[in-house]
Parts: sequence; structure tokens; C-alpha cells
Amino acid sequence: MSCRVALEASHAVAEAVRMADVDVIAAYPITPQTHIPERLAEMVADGELSAAYIPVESEHSALSACLGAVAVGARTFTTTAGQGLELMHEVVYVASSMRYPMVMVIANRALSAPLSVWGDHSDVMSVRDTGWIQVFAQNNQEAFDLVLWGFRVAEDSRVLTPVMVNLDGFTLSHVTEAVILPEQEVVNSFLPPFHYPFVLNPDKPATHGAFAAPDIYTETKISQEVALRKSKDILLQGWQEFGDMFGRHYRPVEIYRVEGAKTLLLTMGSFTETAKMVIDARRDRGELVGLVSLRLWRPFPFTEFRQAVKEADTLIVLDRSISFGGQGGPVCSEVRSALFSEPKRPVVVSFVGGLGGRDMAEEDFGYVLDRGREVAAKGSPELFETVGVRGEVSGIRDL
Amino acid sequence: MPKEASLSQLVNKYFYTHQFPTMWCPGCGCGTVAMAMVRAIDRLELDFDKVIHVAGIGCAPVAHWYTTFTALQTAHGRALASATGIKLANPELTVVVTLGDGDCAAIGGNHLIHACRRNIDLTAIVYNNFNYGMTGGQVGPTTPLEAITSTAPYGNLEPPFDLCKLAEAAGATYVARGTVYYIRELISLIEQGIKHKGFSFIDVFTPCPTSFGRRNKQGTPGQMFKAQKDLTVPIKKAKGLSPDELQGKWPRGVLVEKEAPEFTEEYEKLIARVQKRSS
Repeated sequence: MSCRVALEASHAVAEAVRMADVDVIAAYPITPQTHIPERLAEMVADGELSAAYIPVESEHSALSACLGAVAVGARTFTTTAGQGLELMHEVVYVASSMRYPMVMVIANRALSAPLSVWGDHSDVMSVRDTGWIQVFAQNNQEAFDLVLWGFRVAEDSRVLTPVMVNLDGFTLSHVTEAVILPEQEVVNSFLPPFHYPFVLNPDKPATHGAFAAPDIYTETKISQEVALRKSKDILLQGWQEFGDMFGRHYRPVEIYRVEGAKTLLLTMGSFTETAKMVIDARRDRGELVGLVSLRLWRPFPFTEFRQAVKEADTLIVLDRSISFGGQGGPVCSEVRSALFSEPKRPVVVSFVGGLGGRDMAEEDFGYVLDRGREVAAKGSPELFETVGVRGEVSGIRDL
Repeated sequence: MPKEASLSQLVNKYFYTHQFPTMWCPGCGCGTVAMAMVRAIDRLELDFDKVIHVAGIGCAPVAHWYTTFTALQTAHGRALASATGIKLANPELTVVVTLGDGDCAAIGGNHLIHACRRNIDLTAIVYNNFNYGMTGGQVGPTTPLEAITSTAPYGNLEPPFDLCKLAEAAGATYVARGTVYYIRELISLIEQGIKHKGFSFIDVFTPCPTSFGRRNKQGTPGQMFKAQKDLTVPIKKAKGLSPDELQGKWPRGVLVEKEAPEFTEEYEKLIARVQKRSS
């Protein structure tokens, strides 16, 4: 029997890693990720999980240790946040380029300076182009589910690409909610044992990650790009089978009360659930508003996204990070570009909010909806507006 | 000898009192080390405008949030690298670096050995509490064998660094070990370290009752302070003890003090030499 238990999102992740029967975990402590490796270290020490736990000396070492583990065929997990992901950065590229499947959970955190341990999406946006499959969880159950799904799709021989599961620091990582834990047998049938096809083996000598001269580098990169794009079908298939087995269904672009909506709000991660409450309230007042949430960030779900927003007049995008000196929020920049060639497309309005753990309450989402529609109707010289920022300038325009 | 400043004079001169209470846990030794640093700087009568306090990330580096020195807080582990930049750009400055043990010897270990090797005139004060206290007490590079931490629930398997031996072997020309229990000695160790020309490394044992003491049943913060009496021996006495007698004891005091060319001075000499040749 599956059971329904109260779990912190971090501990839900640890349960998923345990049920996935991971072989190697390497992690370095960083707020707000610490409860994940701590719980895993306990599980390993108590014999609940038969794995090697490596308490490495930095995040750069953590992901490097994971590379080694996957190279010899181990199911491998790591987790970090904010600055830790930044320190990993070069190895993040190496992991995906060497086609090493593994799962990494990011407890999303703002970046220095000034030092902040609180949540936003600056960390994950900085690794947007690293070639990892990237998904966002909205609640604790999804954090659990996406880790299991992550191993399943990463290890598929047609994918062989690492998966990054994002959950918002503190607002998810430290929150306790009810989580349904499945039976181990069901997990086993969803997630077969890992057989990495290119295991380093002295009997069949091979080198991973060797030097590439200009005559071959382009081809290796393009083959990686093709594989990442092609992986989308397998990601969807993985979610389909997950839904059939566990009864919870995931889509690359999640939609909520979009029927007849003239205005759509786009969010990612845990803000989505707060936004749903606001959408409900506005719908009750008869406003034609709906919600779109990007679950899959890489590979970007172009078809599903265009389909989801095509009937809307206005699309309001809420980013939790800034692309300094660029279009504003990186997500907004991305979706605007995805819609540019569409014959009929909504007016896109950009907001940035929730930086460094700044709370976005219901009324803030209400403001974003109202102000977003106002900007769409009247036009605005601003590239983006920052929700609740103090000081004279709230809107940033091209100077 | 001029009369020393009173405690309240020191606090009012060197700390942002409006920031109190500090974020350190009750019984933590970090405040004691910060106070020792301030007392040492006060005794040296350094020009306030020529002292820079550099810090990394962790419980110890938080000291700079409260002290009134000009300060630079850098990324986790990078304090010594940034301090090297400051010192080379302006060798007139007195650069004091506050580090945690994980900050200094794990994620920033590479910078430590290279700062020692260069013998650059910085003073590194390591608040060594034997674990990653700020993030909840995980195992680190100075955690004693068999000690319990949140990521080593049945005891640590990895032998810890003797940070002083590491610094000495890497080339530091002033190496000392102090404790928060022997506070007068600690102040003097820091004072001598700042006066010393070259890289000064001071390993300070300081209790972390919340994360480390609690798990290892080390009693109250007071008991943890007192335990440092048994954990350490003065270096003079240590020299007379056999390896067996020294087992489990850490030598305390000035362990290394020697003269060697200092990096920024050598750098200036090189510039002068090359300019002379080219002119």
C-alpha cells in the first residue's frame, strides 16, 4: 500500500532517492539544500539505503565525484543551491556533454552579491544553456515524483542526459506537506536497474571526455543538441507512464483555468500555487484570467507553449531573476522569442519579483494581473517592472 | 605601558552595536575570537583607515557584519584570494582575514596553501569549530575522527587536517594555535601575527555548542570552553613530551616564526630591478 505522510520537501526528495536505490551520493552543504544530504547521510548510515555517501570538500568536487561514479555505471545523485551551482558551473557542462545520466536537485537560491541564502531563480537561469534537462516542482509531491521520473528518463538509452529538478529554496525545501509515498515494487517497475551502456571497463578500453580538435567539436555539440531536443518525446512518455502507474499526471506546460481566458499569467515553481488562488478569486469575479506554468524549461516545449497561449490577448510573465542589461527576465525573453514568428500572438508583459526571498503574496499577484493588463492595453515604455521595489524607478526602460 | 582600553570602549569603537545581538548562537566562541582580534588591533594602534577586514562565508566570517573596519565579504572559500588582490594592489594596508575551518581548508584549501607558499603579508584567523556550523553541523576537514556530525551520524571516518602543520609545510612564516579559553594568549598570538612580516596563520579552537557540542555530548558551552585546557598543551611543554604523551593533544602558542622574503616586497623589488635595467 502506498502511504500518505507529512514530509518536508527536502525529505521527500531524500525518500525518492532512497526508493530509486541510488548507488552514489556526493554533496557539499549549502543553505537551503542541507536537509537533503543530511537525510541521505542518515539513510546510508542506518542501512536504509545501500549507497556510498561522499562528503566532498566543495560543490565542484561534488559534481566531479558524480561524473566518476556514472562513468563506472553507478546511479548517482547530487544536490546544491545558489552559489554551489555557480561553483559547479564548468562541471555542469561536462556532465551533460559526456552524456552522463544523473539527477541533481537545486533548492533554488539567489546569487551573491549581496549575500543571500533566500530563494529566487538566478542560480538555475545561469545554467540554462548547459544542456541538462530542467524541470520545476510546484509542491512537495512533485519534488518526490520528478526525482523518480528524472532517473527514469535520464537513464533511457535514447536520452543519456542529466536531469535537474528545481524546487524553490525555503518556500518549498523547508515546507512540510502531505506526500504520497508509493510501494517499492511499483517504483521498481517504473524505474528498472541502471545499465549505463558505456561503462569504463579495462577489458574494453575507452576514454570519455577527451580532446576535440575543430574538425570534430562542432559535430559532438550538434549531436548533443539533437539528442536533447529529441529527448522531449521520451520525457513525455515518461510522464505518461508515471501517470498511468501513480495516478499523477505531468505536462511540460501546465495550464490552470485557461478556458476562454483573455489574460494569462506565466509562473514557474512554487509561486504557481499562490497564483492559482488569485486566479480562482478573479475567476469568481468573472474575470477571464488563467494560469500557465512552465514545468519543463529545457528542452523548451515550444509546441505546447504556443498551443497554451495562442487564444490569449495578453501574456504576463513573472520572472524570479534578471538578465542584466537584456530584455528583463530570462523567461520572458525566452517566451517572447518563442512567439515572435507566430501569426497571432498575445502582447507579452514582463514582471520581475520574488528576488532573494522577497515574498510574493496574493495581493502582489493581483497587482501583477491588474498592472499587466493596464500595460497591455495602454502600452508602456518599460521593458519590465519589478514588483514592490522601493525607490523612484519601478519600471526599467531602455535608456 | 599605556592603560588598555576598557571592554565597553572597544565595543563602542570597533562594533556596530545597533546590529547586536549578533546572529551567533548562545555559547558560541566566535564573538570571543572577534573580540580578541579587535583587542589585538587596538593594542597595535593601527591606523583605522588602513585596516581591511576580509571574510568568506560561514559563521566566522559573519564577524565583519559587526566590526566597523572597512570590509570585503567574498564567496565561500575565496577570502584569501581576494585578500591577496587587496594586498598586492595596496601593500600599505593591513589585511586581516577571517575564515571558518571549512571555508579555509575545504572549499578554499587551494587558496590557503598558495597564500602560505607566497608568504604574502596577510593575517589569517581561522575560527576552527570542527564542523560546518552555519549549515547545521556537517562533517568538514577538521572534524575529529569518530566525531558525530549531521552527515556522519555514526562517526567521522576521514582523518582531519592539522591546519598548523599544513600551513607550515606550505610555507607560512608565522603559524600559531590559540583557543578561546586562553583569551590573553589568543590576543597576543593575533597581535604578533599582524606584526609579523609575511603570511601569518592562526588556528583558533572555538566551541560550536549548537551543532557540534550537542551531537558529541560535550556538555554546556562553559564545559566546552574549559575542555580546551585538556585538549591543548603549550608548545614549550609539548616539546618535552613523547608522541604517546602528546596523543590527542594539540600544541598551543607560536609554533613557527621565521623570516623569509615577503611577496609584495619581492614584487616591488622585481619592478625596480626590471625598470632599472630597461632605463
